[in-house]
Parts: sequence; structure tokens; C-alpha cells
Amino acid sequence: MDAAPTVASETIRQAERRIAHVPLVLNRRNFSWLTERISAVVEQTAPRWWWVAFTITASAATFGLFCIGYQISTGVGTWGNQIPVGWAWDITNFVFWIGIGHAGTLISAILFLLRQKWRTSINRSAEAMTLFAVICAAIFPGIHVGRFWMAWYLAPIPNNWGIWQNFRSALMWDVFAVSTYFTVSVLFWYTGLVPDLATLRDRATTRVRKFLFGIFALGWRGSNRNWRHYEMAYLLLAGLSTPLVLSVHSVVSFDFATTVIPTWHTTIFPPYFVAGAIFGGFAMVLTLLLPCRAMFKLQDVITPQHIDKMAKIILLTGSFVGYAYMMEFFVAWYSGNAYERFAFWNRVLGPYWWYWWLGMLFCNCLSPQLFWFRWCRRNILVVFFVSMCVNAGMWFERFIIIAGGLIRDFLPSSWRVFHPTWVDIWTYIGTLGIFTSLFLLFVRFLPMIAMSEVKTAVPEADPHYGELPGIQSVSPGGKERTR
Amino acid sequence: MMKTPFGHNVYAMAAEYPSAAALYEAAKRIRDAGFRRWDVYSPFPIHGMDEAMGLGKSWLSGWVLFGGVSGLLTAALVEFGPSWGLYRLDVHGKPWNFWTVPAFFPIMFELTILFSAFAAFFAWQGMNRLPRWNHPMFNWDRFSRVTNDGFFLAIEARDPRFTEEGVHRLLEETGGQHITIVHED
Repeated sequence: MDAAPTVASETIRQAERRIAHVPLVLNRRNFSWLTERISAVVEQTAPRWWWVAFTITASAATFGLFCIGYQISTGVGTWGNQIPVGWAWDITNFVFWIGIGHAGTLISAILFLLRQKWRTSINRSAEAMTLFAVICAAIFPGIHVGRFWMAWYLAPIPNNWGIWQNFRSALMWDVFAVSTYFTVSVLFWYTGLVPDLATLRDRATTRVRKFLFGIFALGWRGSNRNWRHYEMAYLLLAGLSTPLVLSVHSVVSFDFATTVIPTWHTTIFPPYFVAGAIFGGFAMVLTLLLPCRAMFKLQDVITPQHIDKMAKIILLTGSFVGYAYMMEFFVAWYSGNAYERFAFWNRVLGPYWWYWWLGMLFCNCLSPQLFWFRWCRRNILVVFFVSMCVNAGMWFERFIIIAGGLIRDFLPSSWRVFHPTWVDIWTYIGTLGIFTSLFLLFVRFLPMIAMSEVKTAVPEADPHYGELPGIQSVSPGGKERTR
Repeated sequence: MMKTPFGHNVYAMAAEYPSAAALYEAAKRIRDAGFRRWDVYSPFPIHGMDEAMGLGKSWLSGWVLFGGVSGLLTAALVEFGPSWGLYRLDVHGKPWNFWTVPAFFPIMFELTILFSAFAAFFAWQGMNRLPRWNHPMFNWDRFSRVTNDGFFLAIEARDPRFTEEGVHRLLEETGGQHITIVHED
């Protein structure tokens, strides 16, 4: 009874240290440091790189808007869409953007329900990304109808002949799913913003800032009687957003799965699309956050641990996606359906063969497998490279699914390959510009990290902090890598 | 109404605490002393503070349930009304009998979520009496740190147990610093 318990307790202590002693905010930063550093991003004058970046993205956005105007005024013929390829870059871009939004909701809602405190450093910017991605996505269904001024037919009101919408149609479900998703995301995002807007209000030095932040902070004063209802609302919004986000990309996949086109008509689509959405969305979160973190010196808040965890989610969801790809091929073979088999051979060896080999196989299936290795997850350049691969790969995947199913019609005489026009290409680049411009404006005008939430990840936020001197939830610091 | 020697109405007596832990311990003392009209203020929600203040569960969830049920009913009305009453739509001769009802479920689901989310959003503001232009606590200059790193506790003068000496002593005993009277106006 003398030696053994000491060894055991020593082992337990060491094991506990390994689990508990990785702080979410490095270098023992305190509350006021967090307030200062995060508010400074909004309060300091815009750095030169910001103006350079914004000029480029805003120019792309402007030209994209011109292309949209040209397409609306001239017609869908300005795009390369031609029967049998009735859906091409337009719907590819729609699915691409709406999918990117999903990571923001996963971080803000699902990780909240799972009590993952590391989400607090990244949830605000990820939610903003969601909103901007959904804005970009919403452009395409609106303009691809051809007669843009009749887009109000999408709303549940009868048209001029008294005909109502077909509520049994997957496209109608999509209208409700996407608009609900955007609205709920805005409500959730703004609810989270209120305490931080109050911080900016209390720090404001000019009358304009005081007034504007004062209006939008709603008179928030951090009262616990207010926090009580606020936290319940936040929990419920998270609980509501969780099934919502799973439903949105499932409904998007129904647009395809309810048709009779080979490669579209499959039951695997809802989970496959949702996994792909989270996969692509996390890649976009990393694409945006890695530069922001370096430019605004936020390495103590968005730590290597955060990047590591996001990389692991990319590995997980990327493997789901890889599994789904394999299962599609298996089912095509196992079904014995000649059209289905042909369509999948066509995917690998047909006119879009390199989209498949590069986009789906290399970018989506193989590149995330690097994240099995810790040094890859900890190397910023590798993480950024894989994120860019996934961004590109997910766009290719959507294009292959949509156009790849259409280019080979049931009637070989109508077979036709899709060629994008300059309007196609620049409308897409334009939405990339809109998205990045909105994000750049966001980081300059609103706190890009949820201050009131990230403070709860600091050990001093625990009301029992300091009660047990032996066990601290943070090590004395200094050894963690910060960049 | 209690007044200061200079004629200001007194809203509360307030103190600042050095940490979340200190505020948490103080809240338990104030609760046990039987005060009713008091509040604590912090830059972030402190885990367990509701129990420390003697507050129960927030019934905001009731409003959310109400929102969800009205969303479901609205969707049912919007879908079944036109599809079975106003304009029976025959699409490609596809069936529109009773067994097609599941095709209405996605929109019912979405509107349930939408109305619940709006209910949650407006309920947290309504139940907190927000938005508001001002609050007496903002009259205290130290209070601007509440959204940064300040932890505050205020006992309102309206509380039946409020006495200037008693509350001052209690705040002092619980470790409160910068104890002060907060003006109403």
C-alpha cells in the first residue's frame, strides 16, 4: 500500500494534465486583453492590405453585378446553358454557396449543443460567412429563372391566373428551406452580436459610433436577469438551427434526387450533400480565418488547437464524402441498371474525366487524408493548401453531379457538352467578389470574434476558479506554439 | 423614494467585485439575506449564477413552443388551403390524394422552425424589457467596464429590506469594492 497508489495518482495527474491543460486562449490572456485586441480590429484605421484586398474584391463584385444585369436584360442565352444541359454553372454555384454556409451553422449551433468551447473563437466569423454565402447562393435561383421580374412566383401567393404554387414540389421546398435558413441564421447571429455591440458602444469615442452601436446593442447591460433569458434563447436557437441546417442541404439534394436523371436519382443524396456541405464549409472557414488570424494578430485566440480541430472535422467529413463516392459507384454496378452504369463510367472517363480525377478524387478524397498526420494539421501552409483544394474540389463535385448527369441524355442524338461563356465565368467570379467584400466589411465593422463567448473559455470565468489550488484548468503557459 | 442630499432619486447601491468567482460568492450571500430586487452584471454569463441568485429556469421556452405550433398551423393552412381548396393543381397527372400528404411535411418543418426562431428572438428581448434607451446603472461611470472585464452587483432601493447602512455593510462584507449609490436620473 505504499508505492503503488503514488504511481497511480501520478499517472492520473499526468493524464489529466494532457487532457485539461491545453488552454483555448493562449498566454494566459485576461478579459480586458481579449476586449482590446478584438475591438481593435474594428476601431483602428483600416490597414493598407485591407484596402488593396477590398479594391480587388469589390471590383470583381461590381463586374459580377454587371454580368448579372446583362444576363437579366439580355436573357439566359448569355450563359452556355443549352438543352440537354439546362442546369450548369448557375445551379452549381447555388449548391456550392449554400453548402459553404453549413459550416457556420455547424460551428454556431451543433458544436454549441455538444458543449465544444473551442467554437467560441470562430463562431462569429463562421456565422457571418454563412450569411454572405447564402446571399451569394440566393442570387442564382433568382436569375436562372430567366424572367427575373417573375421571381415573385416563388412566393406562396397566387399568380395573375389565380394558380398557386405546387407545394409538393422539391423546388418549392427549397424556397422555404433556403429563406428560413437565411432568416434564422440572421436572428441567431444578431442575438450573439448584441453583448459585443454593447462592448463597442461602451468603448466608442465618436458620437456616430456611440449612436449606432447604442441603437443596435438594444440597451444591453450584462444583467444576469437578462443573461438568463438570453442564454435560454441562444440554446433554443441552437437547437432549432441544428435540424434546420441538416434539412437545408437535404432539401437541396431533393431537387436532384426526385428526378429521373441517372446519377441524380439516388437515395444517398441527402446525407451525402450534408456531409459535403460541412466539408466544403469548413475549408472556407479556414480559408478566411487563417489570413485574418495572421493579419490581426489573433494567434492567441484562434490557436493551433482550433485549426487542428477544424482539420479533423475536414478529415471526418471528407471521409464521409469519399465513402459516398464509392457507394455511388458500388450501387451503379450492383443495380445492374445500364444507364446508371454508363453514367458513372462517363463520370470517370467521359468528357469531364479530369474534373473527376482532379476535383473529386484528388481534392476531395485524397488531400484531406493528409490530416491523419499531426504535423500536417499543425502546419499552416498544409492546412491552407488542403482548404483550397477542398474549396475547388467541392465546386467541381457539384458541377460533375449536375452537368455530368445532363450531358449524356437518354437520347444520344441530343448529347452535348457544356461550354461556359464569359458571362458564366464572371458571374461566378463576381459572387466570389461579393462574398469576400462582404466578409472584409464585416471584419472592419463588427467584432469578428464573439468576445462575450470567448471570455467564458478563459479559466477565470469559472465561478469556482481558484477553489482547488492543485488542479487549474490552464497551465502556466508560455510553452504553446502561437504561430 | 430615497433621495441623495443633492436631491437625486436613488436607484440602487452598487459595488464592483474583482472576479467572477467573487461575484458568484457575493450573489449567494445577497440571496440568503433575502433580497428580492437586485441584480448582478457581468461581461459574460457566469455558469451557475442563476442558482446563486435564486432564479429558476427561464420559461422563454414557452414562447418558442407557441411560435412552433403557430408555424406548423400556418404551414398547414398555406399548403392545404390552396392545394385542396383554392386551386387543385394537377402536375403531369401525378396523384394528389391523401397519401401525398408527406410531400407537405418539408414546408411544415421549415415554417415551424422559422416561427419558433422568431419567437425566441422577440421573447428574449421582450422578457428582458429590451430594447431600451437608458438604464440607471449607466449613470455610474465605472459601469462601462461591465462589457469589458467588470463584475458588478446592485441592490435596488425599492427592495423592502434596503437600508443604506445594512446594504453597505453587506456589500463590504462580501468583498465589494467602490461601493456607491447609483442615481435614478
